[in-house]
Amino acid sequence: MAGPVPRLAVWKFASCDGCQLTLLDCEDELLSLAAEVEIAYFLEASSAPGPGPYDLSLVEGSVTTPADAERIRHVRRVSRRLVTIGACATAGGIQALRDFADVREFASVVYARPEYIATLERSTAISANVPVDFELRGCPIDKRQLLEVITAFLAGRRPVVPRHSVCVECKARGNVCVLVAHGTPCLGPVTQAGCGALCPAYNRGCYGCFGPSETTNTAALNTRLRELGMSDPELVRVYRTFNATEEPFLRASEEAEGDA
Amino acid sequence: MTHKTIRVGGLTRVEGEGALVVRARDGRVVDLRLSIYEPPRFFEALLRGRAYTEPPDITARICGICPVAYQMSACQAIEAACGVEVTGPLRDLRLLLYYGEWIESHALHIYLLHAPDFLGYDSGIAMAADHRVHVERGLALKKAGNELVATLGGRAIHPVNVRVGGFHRVPRRQELAGVAERLREAREHALATVAWVGGFDFPDVEHDYRFLALRHPGEYAILSGSVATGDGGGFPVERWPEHVAEEQVPGTTAMHARLDGAAGYLVGAMARYSLNSGSLSPLARAAARDAGLGDVCRNPFRSIVVRAVEIVHACDEALRIIGGYTEPDAPAVPVEPRPGTGHGASEAPRGTLYHRYRIDADGLIAAADIVPPTSQNQARIEEDLRDLVEPRLGLPREELVALCERVVRNHDPCISCATHFLDLCLDAR
Ligand code: SF4
Ligand code: SF4
Repeated sequence: MAGPVPRLAVWKFASCDGCQLTLLDCEDELLSLAAEVEIAYFLEASSAPGPGPYDLSLVEGSVTTPADAERIRHVRRVSRRLVTIGACATAGGIQALRDFADVREFASVVYARPEYIATLERSTAISANVPVDFELRGCPIDKRQLLEVITAFLAGRRPVVPRHSVCVECKARGNVCVLVAHGTPCLGPVTQAGCGALCPAYNRGCYGCFGPSETTNTAALNTRLRELGMSDPELVRVYRTFNATEEPFLRASEEAEGDA
Repeated sequence: MTHKTIRVGGLTRVEGEGALVVRARDGRVVDLRLSIYEPPRFFEALLRGRAYTEPPDITARICGICPVAYQMSACQAIEAACGVEVTGPLRDLRLLLYYGEWIESHALHIYLLHAPDFLGYDSGIAMAADHRVHVERGLALKKAGNELVATLGGRAIHPVNVRVGGFHRVPRRQELAGVAERLREAREHALATVAWVGGFDFPDVEHDYRFLALRHPGEYAILSGSVATGDGGGFPVERWPEHVAEEQVPGTTAMHARLDGAAGYLVGAMARYSLNSGSLSPLARAAARDAGLGDVCRNPFRSIVVRAVEIVHACDEALRIIGGYTEPDAPAVPVEPRPGTGHGASEAPRGTLYHRYRIDADGLIAAADIVPPTSQNQARIEEDLRDLVEPRLGLPREELVALCERVVRNHDPCISCATHFLDLCLDAR
């Protein structure tokens, strides 16, 4: 391929580092990837951050501070393509649970001098701040999907990432349905595929870490989950974990809260 | 009067985001701070009102590098509150999972973050151009650790299989046999790693560290134990709040942990090794000796050798557990909630990680407290930096900055974990 080597940047906002670590966890592919792209900015991995512009920026984490709200605009300006990786960047992440509480009260629980904390009242997804070109879901993201996204953007095509539910993957994997066979509460029917139906394969119900799938019927699922003995507060909690502010999960939790 | 300000904007090759500010006047350091600008995420606050079964999944998200450590400390704290102890094959499986995390986390730190310092590269990837075999060996080692975590936990980052009381599903002997194959190779790689890093050029520095690590009879403590301190003292984990306090220090807004009233103690690889080297597996002990380590290590640059030795131990012990594994009857012991407080601590790859939960009568969490290794080490890392910087203020800026970064990396701080570092703002003058 002629032309200059594409330049990749990896950015971190409020997060646990797990999604960017997924890149370093591509042990078999890392060195060949490094031969195809210039890893121009990746503080976790390299001491030599290069200046922009970048062809592809991967953004991990949510926006939770005034300074980060500024920084993401800078990242957008220096990035030709911007892809968010993970539940924090795509849906606000676990730290978005502050959206349902008083952030000053939160700060006073954790810090003796909360007035020193510069923080926003909400934890927002990157797309609430700047336009994004693609969102990769998961808490954490799946390594194969990450490689697909990077390859697709380098080749100038859209990534092929399914938006159907975990149930489809469960069938493909040959899992026994924990919901039907064991009566274990499972968010698989409303959660987006991508993990390979991991939790049912380990004998537990899905807790929704990939966020809502394309079409969801949370009302029907809530009815079933109540029949299985889940209380309304339990329903609220299971939807309000890693993708709490994503529309269908938010609605489902509010429905349960309303009935509580 | 001469002023000099060194500011390292984004510390690189560490987990998470931090910065370092040093100010000197007339050849003396007047202010030195390792500042964490990681945005606060309020885990201790958002855990309140969640069910007692939830902390393993939720606190895993504090850190993508050592989620298992969070899961293990959380489970043990909750089980302690509920009056349950997990023993036998289930405890062995927990250890096994934890060894997997140790292998991958230490391999990552050694090969991709730390070794480039000794060989003069900006990254492990850049280092691969000239040291491809070594970097490939590191990646293979890391992969073996990740595979072990994924086999037991479902995936390498934020495993799904851990629960209070044990696991959702325990592995078949068969499943572990495949991993054992990998681990035997990994053990060879680990031995080669000790020999490789043992030959690096180490600055001649020793510090009079005050160490803190868990200690467990007959074990190189990782999963559980009581707290041992370098001065020969110690205390059971449930006495933690009486001994360790996190405080705001005058002049800075960062939290520093203090041990019995004094800041500046050290947790992590060197502390564990120095307090417990006699409990390492014979193979790991021999490797340490061949690499020139004594029973105690006080040279922070040699922490890379200690980590390599710990990988040998982890591979060795993991193989021993797999060899003796019999499938337990149930994947978990029942844990019924009851009101009370529980404490749990384990050795994350970066050092002692303490959790405390208060559970109410409904099985909901009333209060949570988490003390990660990095907030315990912060004060001590700053002392190391001060010792390094003061006599070298005349060095060219770039050289000094590189040296400071090395000192920070010696301690492998995980800044994402720093659940309650404060956002610092300094009077810039
Ligand atoms: S186990 Fe869960 S994800 Fe799998 S088919 Fe059943 S409901 Fe769907
Ligand atoms: S099954 Fe659900 S909770 Fe489990 S890993 Fe997949 S998406 Fe996440």
